[in-house]
Amino acid sequence: MNATPTNLATSIQSRLVGFVRMARFNDFRVGVAEEIDTQRVAALCGVDDVQRLRWGLRALLCNNQDDWERFDELFDAYWRPGNVRQRIQEQPRAATLRKPSQDAGSASGNANQPAASEADEPGYDEGDNAAPTGVRSGASAFERMAGADFRQLVDDGQMRELERLAEQLARHMRRRLIRRQKVQRHGRRIDLRHTFRASLRYGGTPLELVFRHRYRRPPRLLLIVDVSRSMSLYSNVFLRFARGIVNAFQEASAFAYHTTLVPITEALRQSDPIRMRTSLALISQGWSGGTRIGECLEKFNRDYRRLLTSRTLVMIVSDGLDTGEPALLARQLADIRQQCRKLVWLSPLLGREGYEIKTASMLAALPHIDVLAPAHNLQSLLALEDTLSSL
Amino acid sequence: MTEHNRVGELQQSLAGAGYIADRALAATLLLFTELQRPLLLEGDAGVGKTEVARVLSDVFACPLIRLQCYEGLDVNSSVYEWNYQHQLLAIKLLERGEVSPDSAEQHIFSQKYLLERPLLRAITQPDSPVLLIDEIDRADEEFEAYLLELLSDFQISVPELGTITARSRPYVILTSNGTRELSDALRRRCLYHYLEYPDFDKELSIIHARVPEIGPQLARQVVAFVQELRKQDLRKKPGVAEALDWVAALLNLRVTGLAEDPQAVVDSLVCLLKTREDRAAIHEPLLERLIAQAV
Repeated sequence: MNATPTNLATSIQSRLVGFVRMARFNDFRVGVAEEIDTQRVAALCGVDDVQRLRWGLRALLCNNQDDWERFDELFDAYWRPGNVRQRIQEQPRAATLRKPSQDAGSASGNANQPAASEADEPGYDEGDNAAPTGVRSGASAFERMAGADFRQLVDDGQMRELERLAEQLARHMRRRLIRRQKVQRHGRRIDLRHTFRASLRYGGTPLELVFRHRYRRPPRLLLIVDVSRSMSLYSNVFLRFARGIVNAFQEASAFAYHTTLVPITEALRQSDPIRMRTSLALISQGWSGGTRIGECLEKFNRDYRRLLTSRTLVMIVSDGLDTGEPALLARQLADIRQQCRKLVWLSPLLGREGYEIKTASMLAALPHIDVLAPAHNLQSLLALEDTLSSL
Repeated sequence: MTEHNRVGELQQSLAGAGYIADRALAATLLLFTELQRPLLLEGDAGVGKTEVARVLSDVFACPLIRLQCYEGLDVNSSVYEWNYQHQLLAIKLLERGEVSPDSAEQHIFSQKYLLERPLLRAITQPDSPVLLIDEIDRADEEFEAYLLELLSDFQISVPELGTITARSRPYVILTSNGTRELSDALRRRCLYHYLEYPDFDKELSIIHARVPEIGPQLARQVVAFVQELRKQDLRKKPGVAEALDWVAALLNLRVTGLAEDPQAVVDSLVCLLKTREDRAAIHEPLLERLIAQAV
């Protein structure tokens, strides 16, 4: 008699542990504390009331709207077998795939030479984790490749190296930006009112001077990357650059567009490159199609305007070869510019000799852009820092 | 069984305080009070995120302490500050008497001269208050990190005084509008609930609960109209708060039905549409169609 309920309890406990594990496989961020709390939730909600258990676990395990929308499917797949099991369990495969690639990473990492097809990932891990060697090779490689136009690099190995450098560049950018702002902190004029206020705590002796020009905050970055066919030679590099940016700046966000606009911040933040690729592939169905910048920016304005603040720096990466209506593009750009601090347009074409802005859409866009800069090689990306720090 | 009833009970007491919550939200709130984890509420503007905190404080009959976040929010305005003027006065007064420097120092750095800001106030209450941290996404990353520490230990250290530990654990509600991605650490620590725009029945009962004097016919029309309006391609969709404003405006204009007085509807649209583009998007024929559908 006594044994039955405890058996039941343990079996439910282990089912719950299994559920948490499955949630983790599906990219829910669940810590140990939450795992323990799932047991409390189950005890509080009672496992006999499915709906209540669902709500309880949902509140506990979800972290954002995306999780919120996926949760029901996951819950049903686990607790109500025979429903939709197959679709959900696809993802754990990506997680198991991870192991061999990491092993490959440590094996070929020292060789420092992009080997066969999977060599992309090792180079990556090296840049992320094994800092000393990775950075050094990066520095010399940087000089070698800094001036090369992205489209001239046809060799696979060079291409990957370049992508890695672009990402590293973005990561370093943050450090340098912040240092510059610290230097600015001193100097300028003394703010008398605040200095008097601060002197109160020292009995009227102005021990603490307050300056007018105080610590300036790094801008919020927002990247909109063109991944249409005309950009296909460049888009990989820029996606890696975007990845570096969103990982270095917590407040950054990134979008990709071709005929429609998709948010890719979360996908880029994935630490596992294979998973990142899978999720990018999932949201990118129909990539490299035609371009409709105007419509895409309209979608941005409709759905994601809240991301624009007076501190946001919007960077649009595109060649401006557009099949949409120029007037619409101009209107949307004007709209974005009103809400943000600065609108920067990066065009890989601008670096080519003899290139003139002639397309109707680019001409329409020009009056609404604060900075139009080339982005065809690493040097031009590096030059961006000045734009960012001059804000 | 009893669990089931408790969700219903909470739902009813929320309704009694003027907040119509669906069962899922009531279940989350029940869990929230039992687990004592902070609750992160997200959702579009005007779906009633802030209201949740207000109504909980009503239901629990405890004070509501609100911290509105903004860029540049710092410890001085969110946690504590010394009352410098009073301290200076005290020093002047102490100079006359014969008090040893040590005890003078102890005196001027005592609780008496400490200005409590919302976070400190929240943890020094004898009974658990509801602490509403509104629009946390507007605050800086640094503040978020500080908050994280506070939410895990529920203690605040004031260098001159020592560590102040919470006398009671506040019910912490955070709201976010998504202007910035919150850190994973903070999200992980919180329970999460996403509030959607209410469906027809729910919005109808909200309007009846908030504006009891409205006639059933007008209420039905208003809700149908607003629900349809949300489906339009608008820059700023009207929330529940806007709908309530609109009801108030219509009642003020003595409107009994949308179809009877289309001009009044046009005049009062300012309550629902908050940008020039949106106002232009709802042109005459569309408006007529919307009214016809609602009636």
